[in-house]
Amino acid sequence: MTDMRTVFAETTSALLTEDPLTAVVLAEISADMFAKDLARHPDRVLNVGIREQLMVSVAGGLALAGMRPIVHTYAPFLVERAYEQVKLDLGHQDAHAVLVSIGASYDGATAGRTHQAPEDVALMDSVPGFSVLVPGHPDEVPGLLRSAVGALGSGSSYLRLSSVRNAQARPVSSRLQVARTGRRAVVVAVGPMLSPVLEAVGDLDVTVAYATTVRPFDAAGLLSLEASGAVVLAEPYLAGTSAFAVSAALTSRPHRLLSLGVPRTELRRYGTPADHAAAHGLDPAGIRRSVTRFLGLT
Amino acid sequence: MRVAGPRGNLGVMRNYAELPGLMTLMTGDEKHGPSATSTLDVLWVLYDQILRVSPGSLDDPGRDRFLLSKGHGPAAYYAVLAAKEFIPEAWLPDFGSVSSPLGYHPDRSLVPGVEISSGSLGHGLPIGVGLAHGLLAQGLAGPRVYVLVGDAELDEGSNSEAIVYAGAAGLPNLTVVAVDNRSSSWGWGPGGIEAHFAVAGWSATRVSGRDHDALASAFLVTSAGASDSASGGPQLVVAEVEGKE
Repeated sequence: MTDMRTVFAETTSALLTEDPLTAVVLAEISADMFAKDLARHPDRVLNVGIREQLMVSVAGGLALAGMRPIVHTYAPFLVERAYEQVKLDLGHQDAHAVLVSIGASYDGATAGRTHQAPEDVALMDSVPGFSVLVPGHPDEVPGLLRSAVGALGSGSSYLRLSSVRNAQARPVSSRLQVARTGRRAVVVAVGPMLSPVLEAVGDLDVTVAYATTVRPFDAAGLLSLEASGAVVLAEPYLAGTSAFAVSAALTSRPHRLLSLGVPRTELRRYGTPADHAAAHGLDPAGIRRSVTRFLGLT
Repeated sequence: MRVAGPRGNLGVMRNYAELPGLMTLMTGDEKHGPSATSTLDVLWVLYDQILRVSPGSLDDPGRDRFLLSKGHGPAAYYAVLAAKEFIPEAWLPDFGSVSSPLGYHPDRSLVPGVEISSGSLGHGLPIGVGLAHGLLAQGLAGPRVYVLVGDAELDEGSNSEAIVYAGAAGLPNLTVVAVDNRSSSWGWGPGGIEAHFAVAGWSATRVSGRDHDALASAFLVTSAGASDSASGGPQLVVAEVEGKE
């Protein structure tokens, strides 16, 4: 089955053909996937070498010239290594770009900590004007990418691709989508957390809402679904990243919140993404343990 | 926040001799030390003789772009922008106040004619590389991108990324002017700044940063693309000024 990265490259290739103002900036990573585009559009598909600061700044300059840049590399190098460039050369300049990462959280489990950035969404959330999009399935990537590029007149986006995926794709929406309904809690499952969440709560009386757009957070949607006073946030990145957004959405009501995600401790283990999910309690068994305890069912 | 009022200064275009007076409106000092004015002559020559940009062409895609990367000590920049009627002189005395668009580091969203917001060092040149690419990708071969950096600003590694890349990519529409007042603690060695650019494929020249004719000649050579660079690649002008006191 085609992965998110391949679908991203294919969709970007189409966008380059459709719109002469679309540009791509790379720092070696995935350059092989864009080889044809580099040859076809050498003036606007740019591989700057292993230079992530330059990659982001060049995108800022392209945007100031009127182009619509897509910037892509591995998550820690895109978000963390060049963070001041993201803050200043995109955010502060009011220059818009679509940043597309691969290597979400512990996708690179065998690669170790240097290739992991579960802090990515928290960091991107700190830059004004960025939407954050977290697809849960490769088939959701084209719609999210196209909407992000289409929104470049009004703001930037961070599109977070992962090798972890849900069993099925869902229609792309900027709103929370109800996957199932129940009375004891609302579980917000972000991106690839949907399948493990659905498996975990199979026989529990809870609503599950699916989010692919986490910034801006669908506060109105959560407010309309929430009726029990109990909310569970299941995010595939740093635990609690969206906790303040849930709190803000529910300011008018008493509520309890359980935030599931990657903890702030460093797991010094290799293995597979599934190993890391289990270690962080983000596999179906772990999620079930946390949710049943939270709801007083154990 | 004050919005841009009627531009211009009663139709009186200022000349070079009046720049210190405009700076005094901001600083309150009658005399300005070398560090406050290290960029003054370069800025004046660019805006007076080189840059194809005016208060009436700020949205013209074909305008030249000037990026003040070294955003520190912008009094000279604001003085030149006022002299050339990009901003009203009346803005100057309020410099740095809560109601002024003019801060100690410039903000492009607040000041007409300011192409980038700067302050943190090492951002202007990499942005300029993207801007130069973006102009060429749209078939805009006429306009040039000029980036002003300081010699100590080049300490920032982000510049090294841009210098090597832009030289190898052979960007023909990019000029860097490095104002060299020898303020980098570790310096640039025997060959100076220009050696580091030249080895990356830039054409490079060093002139007095106080000599208007020499500066203009250096910029005109670069903008004509008729330098000794066989590649027609990016151009460096080192503008040497007296050291910091």
